Order: sequence, then structure tokens, then C-alpha cells
Amino acid sequence: MSAAGSGYVRRVRRDEARLWKGRPPLLTWLDVELTDRCNNACVHCSVNRPAGDAAAKGREMATAEVESLLERAAGLGCLTVRLTGGEPLLREDFAEIYLFARKLGLRVMIFTNAALMTPDLADLLARVPPREPVEVSVYGLERATYEAVTGTPGSFDAARRGLGLLADRHIPFFIKGALLPATAAESAAFERWACALSGQPRVAWVEFLDLRSRRDDAGRDVRIRALRQLLSEVRRRTAALPAVEQDELRRFIAAHAALQGDRLFGCLSAGGKGAVDAYGVFQYCLALRHPATVFDLKRGDLEKAVQEHWPAVRAMKSRNPEYLGRCGRCPLKAFCLQCPAKSWAEHGTLDTPVEYLCDVAHAQAAALGLLADGERAWTVDDWGRRIGGPAPAGQDHRPGGQECGS
Amino acid sequence: MIERRTGMSEEIRLDAAYAPSEDVVARELEGEIVIIPLVSDIGDIEDELYTLNETGQAIWRRLDGCKPLREVAAELAQEFTAPQGEIERDVLGLVRELVTRRMVVAKS
Repeated sequence: MSAAGSGYVRRVRRDEARLWKGRPPLLTWLDVELTDRCNNACVHCSVNRPAGDAAAKGREMATAEVESLLERAAGLGCLTVRLTGGEPLLREDFAEIYLFARKLGLRVMIFTNAALMTPDLADLLARVPPREPVEVSVYGLERATYEAVTGTPGSFDAARRGLGLLADRHIPFFIKGALLPATAAESAAFERWACALSGQPRVAWVEFLDLRSRRDDAGRDVRIRALRQLLSEVRRRTAALPAVEQDELRRFIAAHAALQGDRLFGCLSAGGKGAVDAYGVFQYCLALRHPATVFDLKRGDLEKAVQEHWPAVRAMKSRNPEYLGRCGRCPLKAFCLQCPAKSWAEHGTLDTPVEYLCDVAHAQAAALGLLADGERAWTVDDWGRRIGGPAPAGQDHRPGGQECGS
Repeated sequence: MIERRTGMSEEIRLDAAYAPSEDVVARELEGEIVIIPLVSDIGDIEDELYTLNETGQAIWRRLDGCKPLREVAAELAQEFTAPQGEIERDVLGLVRELVTRRMVVAKS
């Protein structure tokens, strides 16, 4: 022991490698889907049972189960938990769960539509801040647009009230929009409004709509497909991006062009992350509910799920000739949003190529000048020349605000 | 109820006991103590955690709200076979820094 003078306490960033002495923890991030239910009935949503679905509510993890899960996650080294749904504020015990998580030292990201935000909850978030911005889904700038999407009269005013409660208390939040036929015309005005209200530099858009991850409503899936962006629109939007953002996309594609072969799980952001659904089932991510990939926490604890089940899932390989001949040989694979979760929602398998997402990736690559019309990336021989030679490995997140939705 | 304390210009006394504030959470990760702000106005940026150096960790573990700092220093002097005066300077230095940051509070 020595007299150290000052500097006993050192500030560090949460992701600083020194915190882990070069060895990352088993779990750094956990998504917890507190409920499948939602107070809205958005036309494009992949997880929204009715708020009053008593059967679903009855099966949800009890407060003590959620708290035990959070304790175990913290014990595995987890620093951040995302509380999501459905609409997580539907749970009467939300404030209790939130405070419990914060007292474990977890940073909490909340995904919400803000309509059920109350002054009491906003006061709590102001006093004991989540340390991550609240992410608020706002599906329309005008009442008519918004409620055409949510299908819920009164939801527009409720959401605006909730946003006001956050803004009044200076609680950091982001606004997330959705590019839908109903909202497309107002997207530029929406972006200006959202950035002014939240202070965020840009809006994260839900763009390439996911089908229902529980595969529970074929009729709704048909309607979701009908709402998806046309490829001509995808191409137009990509071509209209500022040059610096186009360059970012090209650099990402160049840096992640290594072929995936028979590997199923190439998700760049999944290391150390996991998800638990509303009923206590551990998933690789929120969207992947294929029975071969999930682990019921009633059969074993979170540690077992992370230590034993997870590596087995990550090691899964494809034997599907169609996948191996296309996705496995495609230099756009990391750029494309197709993944086992998307194949599950669309086809009920882990590795059937998802045509829509494949077409989206190709439309974007064509708009960036990397592909000719009709050309498929896995047939291109001179990919290295087109992307300007090997690029340094860079960011792990797909640029341009496009999210996988899970 | 979480109390607001300024933590500024408070005299640190060897005959007083101190304890971690309810405004922070301390977690042990990989054998290292990480202090995570719980309430607003501790920490100036979103992405902030705090760690203690080796000296700080040894002292922090003994701040139980009962033991006066002089006793904490005596324990550490035995454990580290260092002069009591030098240890007391470390203890006072750390606690002053932690009180200023509102991470520990005096217990009467």
C-alpha cells in the first residue's frame, strides 16, 4: 500500500476493455421482453397481443421471476438491460422492476410508445435515471396518421402526453419512426419534429418490416408484407443519401465481405447479448423463437443457458443447398438483414433465404453502384475490385440507422 | 427516499465512520470494484462508471458505516505492514474524494 495522493477514483466508459481485463463477461447485455401485449395494435408490428389478453398475462414472468433473472444477469457481468415488449409499461410492476434493475447497478434501456407514461414514473426516471436514453416508438406526426397505424383511438394524445412528461423532466429519449405507406408523405417533417424534440441527430426508422416472430397470425403477416417498402423506393432512398452516408455503407460492405459459408450465425452485434421472452424463455435475440434455438429457463438457469446452450446455437451450420449456394457465398451477407430470425419468421426454418431482404440488399448495393441491375452478388467474380480492395475492419453496426429490429 | 447531499467542503474526520451512499451502486466485476451512479447528478455523461485503484478498493471494502476511519487505517496498516500515518493519509484522501463525488456519506 502506498500513499497515492489523488486519483483513487477513476472514470471509465462502460465499454472500456480495461473493465474486463481483456476477457469480456459471459453476458454484457440482456433484452427482457416483459410482455407480449400492447395497448396499441399497430398494423406493422410483429409483437402485439391485445392488452387485455388474460391468458398471455397469466403466463408472463412474475415480478420475482424477473427480479431473479436480473440478479443472475448482473452476476454474469451484465451491465445493460433493455426492458421491452409488447409495451412494457402495461405491467403494473414496471416501476418496481425498473428500480430493482437500477439498484443492481444495471443501466436500463426502455422501449415504449410512451402512451402509458405517468407523472410518477417520469419522476422516478428523472430521480433515478436509466443511464440509457428511453426509446420511444412514434408512428406518425399527425393524429390521423398515427392512429391509422396504431389502430387505437386516443393513442396519439396519450403518446404526446407521455413524450411531454419525458421532455419536461429532461429525461433523454430517442424517437423511432416507421416508414409505412401511411407515414411516408410526412417522413421529412417527422424527422425535423423528432430531432427538435429529442435532440437526436437523426431518426431511426423501422424500414423493412419483420413478420410475426411467434408465427401466430398468418393473416397479419399478409398485411405486413403489403406494407413493406417497394424496392424502387428502397433504391431511391439509398441513392438520395448524403455522399458521406453512402461512403459509410460502401466501407461497411467492403469491411464485412468475407463469405459466411455454412455458418448460420454471423450476427455482428450479438456477442455477449441475449434475450428472454415474456414467459421466461432464453433466446439468442428477441426475434429468434425457433424451438431448436431457445432455452426454457424453467429447465436450467441463465448461466447454463449462456454457457452451454448459447455456444451450441452459435455453432449451428446450414445444410440447405439453396442457402449455401446463395447466402453462404454472398459478399453482401453481413449487409443483408437476412438471418436465422428472419428465416424463422418468414419460413419457419433457420436458413431459407428471405427474398424480400435479399432484394432490399441488392437494391441498395445497386444504388451504391456496386451491382448492375439484376445482378446477384454471389455470382460476381470481381467483388474485390468493385469495393476498391480489402477495407480495414470497422464498425460492427450496420450504418445508416438501419436496425435488424430485434 | 434518496437524499440529496452536496458533499462539498465537508471535513473528513478519522474518528467518524463512513458508508457507501445510497446514490450509487457498487458491483464487483472480475475482482474489481465498479461504482455505478444510481441517481441523477452523479456523473456528467451518460456512459460513465467509476473504478477504484488498489488502495481505494482496500479502503472501500472496509467502509461499513460503523468502523471509524482510524480503525480502518489500523486494519490496513496491519495487513499491508505500512506506517499508520501513511495509511491514514490514504484513507483520508480517498474518503475526501468519495465524499466530494457523493459516493460515500458520514454516519453519525
